[in-house]
Amino acid sequence: MAVNRRADAVVIGGGVVGASIAYHLARRGFGRIALVERSYLASGSTGRCGAGVRQQWGTRLNCLLARESVRMFERMEDELGYDRSIEFKQGGYLLLAYTDREMNQFVKNVELEQSLGIPASLLTPAEARAIVPMLNAGDVLCATYCPTDGHANPFHVTYAYVGAARRLGVEVMTFTEVKGIVVENGRVARVVCDRGVIDTGVVVNAAGPYSGLVARMAGVEIPFWAERHQILVTEPVEPVLRPMVMSFSRRIYCQQTPHGSFIMGMADPNEQPGFSTESSWKFLVEMAREITRVLPPVGDLKVVRQWAGLYDMTPDAHPILGATPVEGFYLACGFSGHGFMLAPVTGRLISEIICDEKPSIDITGLDLGRFERGELVVEPSVV
Amino acid sequence: MACTKAEEAPGGGAAARNPVVICRCEDITLDEVRDLIASGYTTMDEIKRITRCGMGPCQGRTCRQLVLAEIAKATGKDMANISPPRFRPPAKPVRLGGAVAAAAPDVERGEGDGRE
Repeated sequence: MAVNRRADAVVIGGGVVGASIAYHLARRGFGRIALVERSYLASGSTGRCGAGVRQQWGTRLNCLLARESVRMFERMEDELGYDRSIEFKQGGYLLLAYTDREMNQFVKNVELEQSLGIPASLLTPAEARAIVPMLNAGDVLCATYCPTDGHANPFHVTYAYVGAARRLGVEVMTFTEVKGIVVENGRVARVVCDRGVIDTGVVVNAAGPYSGLVARMAGVEIPFWAERHQILVTEPVEPVLRPMVMSFSRRIYCQQTPHGSFIMGMADPNEQPGFSTESSWKFLVEMAREITRVLPPVGDLKVVRQWAGLYDMTPDAHPILGATPVEGFYLACGFSGHGFMLAPVTGRLISEIICDEKPSIDITGLDLGRFERGELVVEPSVV
Repeated sequence: MACTKAEEAPGGGAAARNPVVICRCEDITLDEVRDLIASGYTTMDEIKRITRCGMGPCQGRTCRQLVLAEIAKATGKDMANISPPRFRPPAKPVRLGGAVAAAAPDVERGEGDGRE
């Protein structure tokens, strides 16, 4: 079926970031908006992510973006009129420090977070154990905790945004793949899909790990790579773990969902850039080894499924947000593993930029130009 | 493989509330699946992700075919042309502690998972 048409804006990528952008653009009355996804909604990084939402960061910008996103998650079901639950559970995030370097960073992070009104605090190992009784606090030096962090269901959040966007008139084109972007006289002219052509003056690249390829279609090079991260889920059990537990030096995170299952992931420092989403036995073993050291009782849980997803990485672990040298071509990519939690605020900010409004948070430092200028905003606290 | 008449549940349409359980791991009923299909979720991947149907310990061995048959029925597509979700490891649930023991160098291959 050919879909030759005209749109005022085309959002590429039916993950949570694209869905949020399409919704916010529609809410601002931007006109005809098409959301293009090559598979089903949330089929890429969104549907594979660890689902965490945290405000404990090492840079002012990440803190501000995350803080606003949490506020948006808190009222999301009402705002979007979603008839299911997005399963937003604010059980907090408990971050564990095992090295002096980590501890020093945590002291700085908490100071920054508190200065921005984020209710994070520094805890002794004993205090951390009071929050997570199953924690092996033996070699923990200190911890930080923020009670309003948490996690939500990435599928439901995406479907909630898409449902609301549809009601505002957004055309959602799933199983439609973008093959090219035509630029004429320095500005976007149309998007070529496998099912037809869309004439448009505005294109937003929210293609997650494929954003580098999409940007290249418009003649824009971004410093960017895709990186596999593996994850697993256990059988459900009664609620025993309230916060997300995370360690940067051990490169792990683990949470218990409202459904009762435990979801956990671990980064591999030797992972090479690439688009593979295969699962490995090695991951299962290493994940099991680390998590049973940190939360020993978890060793009794059975793993029912493992999978993998792609991080869309930038050199400074911050997203690239905003305009490009090609007029009408915008970027919302490079979230480096925290796109889900930043999706609400990203949608609002990108829609403000496209509508020529002053962004509600100053994100000029997150533009594409920062890499050329050498003005990276390096985030020290990522898994 | 086309869906046969024999697979059709008694009562038919979504109006008749149907207590038939499609996914035993997650307690998902036929009606819930039919309601989702009627509201536009016509891929097994989406239905799986909204309801958790097929995400339990059996990994969809029971419900997969049933949901695909329902989608086929509702959309008029042949079941062979509807993508099933990916099969993911492990094939059978495995204890995290068992995985650690199985990989330990001093444990003979295969013994570590004995408590399964």
